[in-house]
Amino acid sequence: MNILSAHPLSLILFLPLVGAVVLLAFPAAKVKAIRGVALVASLIPLALTLVLWGSYRAALTVGEFKFVENYPWFTSIGSSYHLGIDGVSLVMLLLTTLLTPLAIMTSFNIKERVKAFMILFLVLETGMLGVFMALDLVLFFLFWEIGLVPMYFLINQWGGEKRNYASLKFILFTMGGSLGLLLAIQMIGVVCGTFDLVTITASWPALQGGELFGIPIATVKAIAFWAFVVAFAIKVPVWPFHTWLPDAHTEAPTGGSMVLAGVLLKLGGYGFIRLVLPLFPAESARFASWLAALATAAIIFGALAAAAQTDFKRLVAYSSINHMGFVVLGIAAAAWAGGQTNPTLRESAVIALNGAVLQMFNHGLTAAGMFFLVGVLYDRAHTRQLAEYGGLFAILPVYGAILVFISMASLGLPGLNGFVSEFMIVRGVWPIFTLFIALAMIGLLFTAVYVLKALKLTLHGALNEKWVGKLTEISRRELVVIIPLMLLVVIIGWWPAWILNLINQTVMTWF
Amino acid sequence: MPVPLLSILALTPLAAGIIVLLLPAEKRSLIRGIAFATSLFTLAVSVIIFFRFDTTAGGYQFIEKMNWLPALGISYHMGVDGIGAAMELMAGIVVFSGVMVSWRVEDRPREFFAFLLFLAASVFGVFASLDLFQLFFFFELAVFPKYLMIVMWGSPKTREYGGMKLTLYLFLGSVVALIGVLAVYFTSGLRSFDMLALEQAGLALEFQRAWFLVIFVGFGVLGGLFPFHSWAPDGHVAAPTAVSMLLAGVEMKVGVFAALRAGLMLLPEGMRYWAPLILVLATINVVYGAFIAMIQKDFKYVIGFSSVSHMGLVFIGFATLTREGLTGAGLQMFSHGIMTALFFAVVGMVYDRTHTRDIRELGGLFRTMPIAMLGFVIGGLVSMGMPGFSGFIAEMPIYMGAWQTAPIVAIISALSIVITAAYILLVVRRVFFGETPEGIRAGLSDISLMDKIVVVLLSLILIVIGLFPSVLVPWIEAGVRHILVLTGGA
Repeated sequence: MNILSAHPLSLILFLPLVGAVVLLAFPAAKVKAIRGVALVASLIPLALTLVLWGSYRAALTVGEFKFVENYPWFTSIGSSYHLGIDGVSLVMLLLTTLLTPLAIMTSFNIKERVKAFMILFLVLETGMLGVFMALDLVLFFLFWEIGLVPMYFLINQWGGEKRNYASLKFILFTMGGSLGLLLAIQMIGVVCGTFDLVTITASWPALQGGELFGIPIATVKAIAFWAFVVAFAIKVPVWPFHTWLPDAHTEAPTGGSMVLAGVLLKLGGYGFIRLVLPLFPAESARFASWLAALATAAIIFGALAAAAQTDFKRLVAYSSINHMGFVVLGIAAAAWAGGQTNPTLRESAVIALNGAVLQMFNHGLTAAGMFFLVGVLYDRAHTRQLAEYGGLFAILPVYGAILVFISMASLGLPGLNGFVSEFMIVRGVWPIFTLFIALAMIGLLFTAVYVLKALKLTLHGALNEKWVGKLTEISRRELVVIIPLMLLVVIIGWWPAWILNLINQTVMTWF
Repeated sequence: MPVPLLSILALTPLAAGIIVLLLPAEKRSLIRGIAFATSLFTLAVSVIIFFRFDTTAGGYQFIEKMNWLPALGISYHMGVDGIGAAMELMAGIVVFSGVMVSWRVEDRPREFFAFLLFLAASVFGVFASLDLFQLFFFFELAVFPKYLMIVMWGSPKTREYGGMKLTLYLFLGSVVALIGVLAVYFTSGLRSFDMLALEQAGLALEFQRAWFLVIFVGFGVLGGLFPFHSWAPDGHVAAPTAVSMLLAGVEMKVGVFAALRAGLMLLPEGMRYWAPLILVLATINVVYGAFIAMIQKDFKYVIGFSSVSHMGLVFIGFATLTREGLTGAGLQMFSHGIMTALFFAVVGMVYDRTHTRDIRELGGLFRTMPIAMLGFVIGGLVSMGMPGFSGFIAEMPIYMGAWQTAPIVAIISALSIVITAAYILLVVRRVFFGETPEGIRAGLSDISLMDKIVVVLLSLILIVIGLFPSVLVPWIEAGVRHILVLTGGA
């Protein structure tokens, strides 16, 4: 138990990687054993995260992290192996460790090269978890980038027809976006003499006046700010940086899409909260309305684009842009209010930021659920065209009911999880960006349009006769995947306090 | 008396090469056995040197000194600093790998292995030389085996051209460098080629500025410095696999190492004065090399130009004259050496089975040679500076050095990261994935056990350095500390 109590984060972080290395030694033909090992290797981190959740006691001061591990790593450039979490990271850890085993179970439908698939998936999990734990900029960047590689191969090797195009677009967009991030990180490291996030948060924002590299420091900071923002905006994605997403999400295998939408997009939102707001408080406040405008555009255009799709999976992909827009809008409001002293505004900002974090978690559940359900249908029908379905309720009542349920959660029906977080964002953003949030309501309207359109074209209307006898009801394994998600959707809808308290304690220290 | 490890390292392959040449040509297994045993032995010696090097003490260690031509001030003077020790280890690994992948050379193996061993002796000697004349001696020792190996065992279409071009470029470069070396010798007034003495000679600033470029660029030609890089892709492509590995992996480092020792360390003021020019040239190396690599249709040329791009980063690191930049340059020399050896090894394995290097004619090779694919992917990740691999560990300090002296260099060079990612991923996809074209199916087979050992060994080194930089960084830093004393930097 010693290692569990002394290094719980490292343990959670590297268990999936250990699982991947163990799998390397397996003969490729032992498909069942490989699936089992992969599932176990992803379930243990989930169990450990729950233990962590139980023993987590909130930090009360800003910049205080829990379960900290700090060891020298790359001393010549001032980078260390520094891990630690707060309430926001913990929520994201739970999301990651929850969705990964579900996605692995979903991927039991993969028949080709199962071993390579599972190894890549476990490496991916380590990459994602690392981002949520890293308290060193270089370490953050390491995990940020390393996750791209397995995801690239998952799309490229097990994806749909246009997988080559989609995977290359995905990795080049993200790497191109992180180029500015890398340069900005290097620059901050050179100026501050360290990459330690806690130290930098104390010294870098305070650096004002004077020149850096012969340029006024305010300009340098503004450029660095936008370098960070672009990197994270591509990941979220915020309009107009979203174009990689529909291709990548649509072409990825189902398990990959679940994790892409469920967790990878959250890396962007988390980056805003963990790095942009603390490191650039002044710039965040100054440019917050720009960010809010882009987020609003993402909400509206994402919904409109989703409503126009004829491909079920693409529709769900665009819906992510719509939902993640709310996350960024909430963050932008908090960024703006960070520069204000008015207590009412600051209170609204706290609500908005709480909502944004909860929305990340909620979207993780519903987006993964939606992609999963699209995958279930695709596995049986081998088409994603909405026009080819129709009236499926008659032959797939259980599946139909689940699809309606998750769709309603995604739509934001009161009593389900999406409503809670979107309401908080709307409530929190309202006094700050009234116009933007009013415009975003149009987006919300179209959210209803595309969700209902998808339901109508798949479940209702005339039954397409060719499916009779061909489509089978959702299987037991598939139910095991979707039921935990459904439970959480309801629990958060009725009783969000268990998760909100955790988020709020952390957010409160920032305001 | 301590064991003269460095002499053993440099002279064993020389002796073994001569013995091999004296053997009857039919005794192929014996010849291979001797080559293998020698490369394994030098690998072991280089490992011992590396781990017995005291990184806290720094400075030059394992020193051996004897008079050679006292009248001319020439001595036989061996010794390594931290960077030299790291380079010996890298060379030891690449030489061993080169012999392993050449196991199946059927065409005149006696001469092939003898020349390979001569080449090894040359590089081991350069990295350990503390006498300028001796450094030059070992430097030039490589010319003749390099040339012969390319024209005799190279790829039939371009070997005469590639071998000739390479030899003329490098010869010209070294002649220019020799003039500079002689100028240092005469001007210092010491009448000695002893580099330890010359480091302290306090050469006049004007002299340093006037002669720096002659030495630095003269040796830099072998490091692939723009605009004198064009021998590299042609030479690498024309050469047989093991020679490509040694050329790009080790010989290019010999060039920058000599430029570092004789240029930067003897004429630090010259480096400071000309740093802007070197930065500009090296930045062109990095970006232009990457762009040209991207449009290549020949598998091997992609790697050849990528070396031009990556070696640019070493020059950038030198020219920043900062602790970070120099450390990064040393790390990059090591990392690139291993990475490019891995690349060329895999390219050779593919070519041996498909007899084509045209990317458009290849495809789907992961099915038959998964380990080779894995090795190429890992090399590719190193090449695109992916964190978690040695390339990132090397590039990060170089960029930080650039930020301190010329931020624009960092910003422009960073472009190459995305370009590199694009061409590496395209090559990986076209060569290893997708459908296997009809034309190459006949000869496909998995790589041999020895090939696998090489691929796994080199890949693991790249990963271990990427995850645990402290296995290599202290050695490089020990060398950099001494350089900073000479340049007066902090």
